[in-house]
Amino acid sequence: MSPASATACYKCAVIEVDGLMKHYSVHERPPGMAAALRSLFSRPKRLVKAVDGISFRIDAAERVGFLGPNGAGKTTTLKMLSGLLLPTAGRARVAGHVPFERRPEFLSSIMLVAGQKQQLLWDLPPAETFELNRAIYGLSRATFQETLDELVSVLQLEELLQKPVRQLSLGERMKCELAAALLHRPRVLFLDEPTIGLDVTMQAAVRDFIRRYNERHGATVILTSHYMEDVAALCPRVIVIDRGHLVWDGSLGDLVRSIRPEKRITLTLAAPAAPEALAGLGARLVSVDGTQLRLQVPQAELQGVVSSVLSCVTVSDLTVEDPPLEEVLADLFARQSP
Amino acid sequence: MGFASALAYRAEFLIWVLAYTMPLIMLALWTAVAAEGPVGRFGERDFAAYFTGTLLVRLATGAWVVWDMNFEVRQGTLQRRLLWPVHALLTYLAENLAALPMRFLVVAPITLAATAWLGLSLWTTDPLQLSLIPLSLLGAFLLTFFPMAMIGTCSLFWESSIALFDLWLAMYTVLSGYVVPLELFPPQLRGVVELLPFRYMLAFPVENMTGFLPRERTLHDLAMQWAYVLAFAVAAAGLWRVGLRRFAAFGG
Repeated sequence: MSPASATACYKCAVIEVDGLMKHYSVHERPPGMAAALRSLFSRPKRLVKAVDGISFRIDAAERVGFLGPNGAGKTTTLKMLSGLLLPTAGRARVAGHVPFERRPEFLSSIMLVAGQKQQLLWDLPPAETFELNRAIYGLSRATFQETLDELVSVLQLEELLQKPVRQLSLGERMKCELAAALLHRPRVLFLDEPTIGLDVTMQAAVRDFIRRYNERHGATVILTSHYMEDVAALCPRVIVIDRGHLVWDGSLGDLVRSIRPEKRITLTLAAPAAPEALAGLGARLVSVDGTQLRLQVPQAELQGVVSSVLSCVTVSDLTVEDPPLEEVLADLFARQSP
Repeated sequence: MGFASALAYRAEFLIWVLAYTMPLIMLALWTAVAAEGPVGRFGERDFAAYFTGTLLVRLATGAWVVWDMNFEVRQGTLQRRLLWPVHALLTYLAENLAALPMRFLVVAPITLAATAWLGLSLWTTDPLQLSLIPLSLLGAFLLTFFPMAMIGTCSLFWESSIALFDLWLAMYTVLSGYVVPLELFPPQLRGVVELLPFRYMLAFPVENMTGFLPRERTLHDLAMQWAYVLAFAVAAAGLWRVGLRRFAAFGG
């Protein structure tokens, strides 16, 4: 079901995870005053297996998407790999270090950027946070200025550097967060929903920046996102996790072909088609919207169906693409459900 | 950055400074009591000197790390600090220390005004005690910071440790000499109180700078102060290490 990446380089793995687990003991309390009073003396606990034995390897300079539904264990895994959480069991090595030992050399070589969290100092301009990071990471003035100039240019931060962070928009803040995160040129970049809440233009800009940073500096990028455009644009390889278990590790294309070995054809007709014409297309009709049709057809029958369509109706536009990644993942998770 | 952050909210800082009124209230109270006659060896002038010193030491050695820690643990923003390649306690210490210049902007004019009011006899004239004022103030600051950091670290276990700090603060208020000079405590209690760390957070630096401390005790009390600093520093680092293993990093 989940073949390992065929291109794995076992001599240059930057991230090695073996049987990693994180279990939490969570107190539960029903609503109401009586339950609140009872909880003073006795609180029932429940064991949550946020991550329950996952194993994978990621090579240097790879870009890997880390996917899964809410509560699957993605962020928990990233936090263990960045040294924020002590694993319950299992083994992890990142850039040659055990993350939870939290050695300065390890922390200087990684960065976790969470779209919902910030590292910028709220009351001060981003330039102050950049200076603080320069001191914390021990960057020479020359190295710092060179990196900062590059980041300011690529992310277009010139107008933002002197404004207090609290006065920046979400998109502006996110760009500054990325700049702050990359000043020390981390070798491993954990991105936890970096485009959340951003408009489409800013999302595209952030994706483009991440790709260029990876290509230019050879940084390893692990990305979690609920926006499939992020994953499709950035990640040749995906690791899918569901309820703490790894359910897929391989290329995105293989995932799609494995779960939904079909193609989605979108037709724009010159005129609305008669129902009889639609019945003879030889493919499953997904949706009809005026002159726009969506069909689903097995990969092996694609050529025949396209020929049939072109002979049955007058087409002004036609596109062939993989099924939406959201649907592929939804199918995958549905198969995992008990 | 701590200094810059303090400057970012100038009005709030000024209000915070003005909130340190307890020593002035005690000064008014005790000088009124001493107007009827000295209390122990403290006359009016002695109380004025003592509580002026208390105000200065309190302003110069305050810390707020316990609130920062609790806030960051509950809001999930501790992550930022934990990703830095510097021990988190050192970053908290740097931030608290960095705001001290701002405080000294307030302490300096108060010191000058108090000296003009009470005369140079407000301060000790002993060269040893004069030379140890900075070290005793630094020790008092660290002895304020590290126990606060330990209590703040408890939020890694309990999500909130502010109530525990309130207990500590209550003990400090009584046992540090903040409201009553320790010299006025009953003899049976004084011996116990002088063994506790609270005295070295406030009363010792006050007594040293005002000359109330006998010269022959100066070095001994300084050693006690710094022994407590070392003990609390080690304990804070150890507790932090244990607490991090329990940290659940909830929130995003």
